[in-house]
Amino acid sequence: MKIHEYQGKELLAKFHVPVPAGGVAESPTEARMVAESMESGPFVVKAQIHAGGRGKGGGIKTASTPEEVEQVASEIIEMTLVTPQTGPEGRFVKMVLVEQAQDIAQELYLGIVVDRSLAAPVIMMSAAGGMEIEEVAARTPELIIKETVDPAVGLMPYQARNLIFGVGLAPDLVRPATALITNFYRMFMALDCSLAEINPLVVTKGGELLALDAKINFDDNALFRHHDLAALDDVDEMDPLEHEAKKHHLNYIRLSGNVGAMVNGAGLAMATMDLIKAAGAEPANFLDVGGGASAEMVANGFRIILSDPRVKGVLINIFGGILRCDRLAEGVIQAVKEVDVKVPIIIRLEGTNVEEGRRLLNDSGLTFTVAADMQDAARKVAALVQ
Amino acid sequence: MSVLVDHNTLVVVQGITGKEGSFHARACRDYGTKVVAGVTPGKGGQKMDDIPVFNTVAQAVKETGANTSLIFVPPAFAADAILEAAAGGIKVIVCITEGIPTLEMVKVMEVLKGTDIRLIGPNCPGIISPGQAKVGIMPGHIHKEGPVGLVSRSGTLTYEAVHQLTLLGIGQSTCVGIGGDPIIGTNFIDMLKLFEADPQTQGVVLIGEIGGTAEEEAAAFIKAQVSKPVVAFIAGQTAPPGKRMGHAGAIISGGSGKAEDKIAALNAAGVTVAKTIADLGQTVKQVMGF
Repeated sequence: MKIHEYQGKELLAKFHVPVPAGGVAESPTEARMVAESMESGPFVVKAQIHAGGRGKGGGIKTASTPEEVEQVASEIIEMTLVTPQTGPEGRFVKMVLVEQAQDIAQELYLGIVVDRSLAAPVIMMSAAGGMEIEEVAARTPELIIKETVDPAVGLMPYQARNLIFGVGLAPDLVRPATALITNFYRMFMALDCSLAEINPLVVTKGGELLALDAKINFDDNALFRHHDLAALDDVDEMDPLEHEAKKHHLNYIRLSGNVGAMVNGAGLAMATMDLIKAAGAEPANFLDVGGGASAEMVANGFRIILSDPRVKGVLINIFGGILRCDRLAEGVIQAVKEVDVKVPIIIRLEGTNVEEGRRLLNDSGLTFTVAADMQDAARKVAALVQ
Repeated sequence: MSVLVDHNTLVVVQGITGKEGSFHARACRDYGTKVVAGVTPGKGGQKMDDIPVFNTVAQAVKETGANTSLIFVPPAFAADAILEAAAGGIKVIVCITEGIPTLEMVKVMEVLKGTDIRLIGPNCPGIISPGQAKVGIMPGHIHKEGPVGLVSRSGTLTYEAVHQLTLLGIGQSTCVGIGGDPIIGTNFIDMLKLFEADPQTQGVVLIGEIGGTAEEEAAAFIKAQVSKPVVAFIAGQTAPPGKRMGHAGAIISGGSGKAEDKIAALNAAGVTVAKTIADLGQTVKQVMGF
C-alpha cells in the first residue's frame, strides 16, 4: 500500500525523524493559511499524488509570500498532473503540502528495503541525493553504501556510522544522523514497511538534517495488524475497478485491451495475459481469483471484469488445485445468472474435480464455449474480439 | 530417486481440521502419501478420518515419527507454525499459506539459516514426487513418474506445465512450487543443486515470473554448475511496471524484475526459454528429446 508524502512525513515525525514545518491544504485559501501559520517564507508547494517525478510535471513550485502560495496552490490543486510515473492520463491533484523552503547545503539519499535473497532489511545511503536511486545504481553503483541488518540484533550504531562516513557527512553530524537512521529503521520495522525512502535527505545551511521527501510503502500482507495504517489508504489514487476488486479480496489490475481474463493463480494469470497478446489480442485485465476462492468471489470477479465497458470477450482459464473446478463452475453460473452478459465467454477448465465442473457448466443451460486447451482458448477469444 | 519427498516421507498436516487442511490431507493420503498425523492446538486426541490429531508438532513427531510437515494455518499464525515444525524436529516443511507478512518471514529465515531444515514456500503449491508422495495441493492425477525435475514460483502455472508434459508422455521426478512471495525458504538454485545431483532427473524445467532477480541468479548458477538441460518459461511479459501481479513477489520495481531481462539472462546461460506457456511442453520435448 502506498501513502502520500504528507502522511509519510507525519509518520516520520512520530518516529522522531526531522521533517520541515508545513501542513496539507485542499484549497488555495487553506494553503495561504498554512503559510501564514509559519514564521516566514520562502515556501514550497507540493502536489500530493501517489507518483514520483512531480517536479518535472509542474507539481512542485516555490513561493515567497503567503499570497504567492495561494496563487501557486490554485494552479496546482485540481490540475491533472502528468509525470514520468503517472502515464499519459496523469493524476488529479486534490491537495498540496505547503512547507517552509530550505537552504540546502547537501542532498543525500536514505532508503530501506527487505532484500529478497538475503532475507534481511538493507539500509542504503548515497551522496547522490535527489536523483532516482535506480539511476544511481545503474550509473555509479559505488556511490551507494549498503548495510544489511541482522534482524535478531537490529541496526547497530557502527552500521549507521559506516553509512554516515561512507557518504561523507561532516563529523559533527554523526550523532544526529545516527539517531535519524536508527529511528527510520525503527519505523520501517514497527510499521511493516515494504519500502521506505527519504530522497532527498538534506543538510541545511544551518547544519540541520531534514527529510525533504518521504516515500513509504507498506506490506499489504501485514495490514491486518496495522488497522490505523489501513485508514491512510487514499482510494482516489486507485482505479475504481481495482478498488472494488480489493474490497472483495481479489487481485485485479486494469490494463488497456479488450479481452477480459479470469484466472486462478497469479503466474497462470500473467501467462494467460501473455498468451492473449501472442494470439493477437490485448488483455483488458489481470485477475487472479486466488487459491481458496469461493463461488461468491468468482461471481464478484466476473462482475468486475464485465463492468469494464471495453471488454468484448472473456477468457476463463482455470487449473484447479486449491480452487476446485466445481466451485469455479458454481461461481461462473451464479454470476452469469445475476449479471446481464452480452459478450462471449470462453472457458478452459483442468484439474481437481474437473468432471464435476464441466458437468455443472453443461447442465446449467447457459451458453459457454469450452476450449480444449489454453492455446485453443486464446485463439478463440482473440478471433471473437477482432 | 526423486528429491525431498519419497516413499519414506511421513507427513504431519498442521491445520488439519480446517476446511482446506482436511480436504488436502485427504487428497494427499488418497494419492498414496503417508499422512501420519495432524496438528490443531486444542483438538489433540481427535481424529480426522483415521488420522490422529495432536496439540503440538513435537507430540505428533514423537508419536508417529513424522518427518515432513504440510502447513495450512492462516497467515497470522503461519510463521509460528513453521518455527514449531522446525523446533519439533521436522526436516522438510512445506508451507502453503499465502499472505504472511514479509518481516515475519525475515524472522523465520533467521532461525532456519545454517540448519539442515528445508522450508518450501510459503505461498506455494508444495512438492510432489510422482508415484511416491504428494505433499501439497496440486492435483495428483495429472502427474506421471519420469525424468524431468520441475521448479516454479507459481502454483497453477506448474500444473499447466506438468499437464502438458504428461500428455506428451514425459514424466517428472519431482515438481516443486517454491512460492510467489518475496522471501521463500527454497530458491531456484537450491532446487537446481538437488536436481543436478539426483540420478532420476535428466532435465529441468524452470518456471519464473516478473519481480526480483531470482531467475538471473539461477541463470548464472546454471551456466557455472548445471550439466543437465534446462528449459524455462517466464510469466509476465505483458505485465505493467509498478503493479503487484497477485503474488507479493511479482512486481517490476525500479526497472528491476522485468521478464525480458530474465529471458535474456537465461538465454545467455544456454537455457531454452519457451515463448508462451502453451509451447512449454513441446519445447521440453525438442530440447531434451524425451
